[in-house]
Amino acid sequence: MRRISVNVNGKQHEAEVEPRQLLVYFLRETLGLTGTNVGCDTTTCGACTLLLDGKTVKSCTVLAVQADGEQVTTIEGISSDGELHPMQQAFHEHHALQCGYCTPGMIMAAIGLVEEGGGDLSERDIRLGLEGNLCRCTGYHNIIKAIEAAQSQYSSAGA
Amino acid sequence: MTQTEERAQRYVGGGLLRKEDPELITGQASYVDDITIPGMLWVGVVRSPIAHARLGGVEVAAARSMPGIVEAYSGADLASEWAGGLPCAWPVTEDIKMPTHWPVVQDKARYAGDAVAVVVGESRAQVKDAMEAVEVEYEPLDPVVTMEEALAEGATKVHDDFDDNETYVWKLANGEVDQTFADAEVTIAERYYHPRLIPNAIEPRGVVVAPIAAQGEYTLYTATQIPHILRTTLALTVNIPENKLRVIAPDVGGGFGSKLNVYAEEAICLALARKLGRPVKWIEERSENYLATIHGRDVIQEMELAATQEGKITGVRVKLTADMGAYLQLVTPGIPVLGAFLYAGVYDAQVYSFECVGVFTNKTPTDAYRGAGRPEATYAIERAIETLARKVGKDPVEIRRLNFIEPFDKPRPVAAGLEFDSGNYRAGFDKALDLADYDGLRAEQERRRNEGGVKQLGIGLSTYIEMCGLAPSQVLGSLRYGAGGWETATIRCHPTGKVTVITGTSPHGQGHVTTWSQITADALGVSPDDVEVLHGDTAVSPMGMDTYGSRSLSVGGTALYYAAEKIRNKVKKVAAHELEVSEEDLEWSEGKFQVRGAPDKAKSVPDIAFCLWHCHNLPPDTEPGLEETYVFDPPNFTYPSGAHVAVVEVDTETGLVELTKYVAVDDCGTQINPTIVEGQIHGGVAQGVAEGMFEEAIYDESGNLTTSHMGYYRVPSAAELPSFILDSTVTPSTTNPLGVKGIGEAGTIASPPAVVNAVIDALAPLGVTDIDMPTTPERVYNAIQSAKGASA
Ligand code: FES
Ligand code: FES
Repeated sequence: MRRISVNVNGKQHEAEVEPRQLLVYFLRETLGLTGTNVGCDTTTCGACTLLLDGKTVKSCTVLAVQADGEQVTTIEGISSDGELHPMQQAFHEHHALQCGYCTPGMIMAAIGLVEEGGGDLSERDIRLGLEGNLCRCTGYHNIIKAIEAAQSQYSSAGA
Repeated sequence: MTQTEERAQRYVGGGLLRKEDPELITGQASYVDDITIPGMLWVGVVRSPIAHARLGGVEVAAARSMPGIVEAYSGADLASEWAGGLPCAWPVTEDIKMPTHWPVVQDKARYAGDAVAVVVGESRAQVKDAMEAVEVEYEPLDPVVTMEEALAEGATKVHDDFDDNETYVWKLANGEVDQTFADAEVTIAERYYHPRLIPNAIEPRGVVVAPIAAQGEYTLYTATQIPHILRTTLALTVNIPENKLRVIAPDVGGGFGSKLNVYAEEAICLALARKLGRPVKWIEERSENYLATIHGRDVIQEMELAATQEGKITGVRVKLTADMGAYLQLVTPGIPVLGAFLYAGVYDAQVYSFECVGVFTNKTPTDAYRGAGRPEATYAIERAIETLARKVGKDPVEIRRLNFIEPFDKPRPVAAGLEFDSGNYRAGFDKALDLADYDGLRAEQERRRNEGGVKQLGIGLSTYIEMCGLAPSQVLGSLRYGAGGWETATIRCHPTGKVTVITGTSPHGQGHVTTWSQITADALGVSPDDVEVLHGDTAVSPMGMDTYGSRSLSVGGTALYYAAEKIRNKVKKVAAHELEVSEEDLEWSEGKFQVRGAPDKAKSVPDIAFCLWHCHNLPPDTEPGLEETYVFDPPNFTYPSGAHVAVVEVDTETGLVELTKYVAVDDCGTQINPTIVEGQIHGGVAQGVAEGMFEEAIYDESGNLTTSHMGYYRVPSAAELPSFILDSTVTPSTTNPLGVKGIGEAGTIASPPAVVNAVIDALAPLGVTDIDMPTTPERVYNAIQSAKGASA
């Protein structure tokens, strides 16, 4: 067992973990943060996407011990004071989810993408940027619309 | 529409934002894997890596002694748990071969993935380690991989109890078919293969069972589309009284038919919870899902058309060979039957025959996958009509216009023996061509052809008709299906003015909570926010028949419509009493019962719900409370239709196909929530385009699934797809008072032939007239090379 200390959504957690434990299971099963989903075993689907020190990662491919001393942001940590994050709001308004299983990963990937893209991603950029996140319900059409809408809000807020 | 009626329809027809979303976008949803119960054990299923093998010993002792392991069982150890095998509810013919399907096999493994042993332990990781320690002696047998092999003389048998691998032969014929073909001026005969597909709902399956051992009571949480059907069938399989079994479908992460089944792991977890008296959990891994969850399609089609010299279709003759896989799952044999009546599409044929041969192979069982039988039918007719066009020298637009069934708004019989409910196929087609700028596209295509560049443009058309709203119970009976096709709805009006709606449907992404709230809000004059919709729990909902086959709105929504009518009838009686007028003096206006001519004298549903709660002054013979249930058994199917246009760019040097434009015009009848309708079409089109262009489950000659994980099987990402251009026509269904037809499967049904026709169209100048799905670069490249070879 290894002792780790991870900041998750602004809160510090200390825990003993098996060295082979994946970050996603540490979050889901040790901390009870079940918002991050698991959809595959080959790092393909992106359902487990979250932010590790501000960068998007697939948490099924990161060991819990690798997050030692780092900041983790999950879907549970992006709305504040009951206010949805603009990306969450945009997904809702544009009907960018159906079953919702890909949604937490998709929203986290979208946040990472837009923050990196600085607010002027084209539709093509967004589509390419989301290549690692699969959705079987929406055909991506409304996901793209939601991200475009959230992005314009980001940049106008930033301006 | 009068002004009052207009105002009464405040929510139906509007794109209300989904009430389901808040928990899903904040990570507060509860999927099966999110459920933890104190004392819960983990279950792992050991699967045969070999497609066909007799089992020697299954040795579990070593696994049992591993750290954290509570128990390990072979198939023989669990044999006494089952009152019967896993059910198949659709024996399509009297003499169908119905193999016994044990949840854990005892004699031989019949596909790579067949369950051979089970391990139970304290943690996910410990169980995984111990599964490696189970020793199984496999004596390999010849695998039967393709349908041709399975049907060959002297083939190895998948099931020793039967004479051969032919599961059944199902036939349908109307009119003098052979004569029509013999006399026809023109005939065409084509052979298509519809590849095997892996559904890939992004949430894999999972099961949690919580027992109350002392009471013999069990709560089964499972990622399913069919909690009600599961309760009935599992009660029989595992021998638990049905009224002691509660099945809950919590949040479910997509289904597409793959969760419309009774699976081994559901039976296994129930049996283990009973045996051990502890809660158990099994979560499917994705690679396991590729083996253990049903596949779709895998059908060989021999499609023939008879026509006049001009190209008018007179007859359709179809023969299918359909791969069942190793066992018959819940509705495996019936899938081809769901398409059997639709091989003439929206075209007016006089005679019709259909025959399907089901075949056992050593592969994962097939069953319902989005569209189930109807994508197959649509693909065949929409490919064939293009071949006919080439043969009679017409273009793809002309040939379709020549053959469309004329617009109709009353039920109309068709050659296959169905009665279509209503339709205007030409209107949708014209609209789709307009939206796509068909003439402009043809001009651009011409320009590129003349220039002779590498990237050629292809334009593919497809029209479709589907049969959904499953289904009139009597018809299901005549097709030998084991259950009915009705659906239920209950409306409970609380004294505080809030309304609870309980439906027997079981949504898993379709937004029933929102749509049902809209219908209820308009029917009862309340706000959708005051309506709570409950589903997916057999202890909460009345009887139900669950969600599949684009049935939920047209059957379950109609039940809701009639339940609301019952509520209003009761409210009217009490309102008249309260207002001291006769019922005839009341009219339903602006969401209330108003006294005719004195609109300020009115009672709302919440007003009367309160009266029916305190019951201080009710009219005689009035039962207290305001709660009604309606069970709707539809009189007919519904028949959504539409026309799609796909535009592709084909790189004639590499064979790479890019989808550059996609237009869909669908007619699902009346739309309750157009935003949700569009979402269903987007997702359906993406799935069907994937079928046409990317996806195929491939087995090697030993029966190993070579597309064995998500990295090998090409579920498309956003990068491979364009945005879609949608529009609709509205031809209200005559089957139900809402006028709705269903939209869950339309996109998946229409799109495969649209993209394949587009690829063939792009390559037509090279002489390419045929290409199989999916249109991978390799396949397109080879088609180009062999066409060049032929013309050289
Ligand atoms: S769970 Fe699929 S990429 Fe992590
Ligand atoms: S919303 Fe179901 S997988 Fe994306």
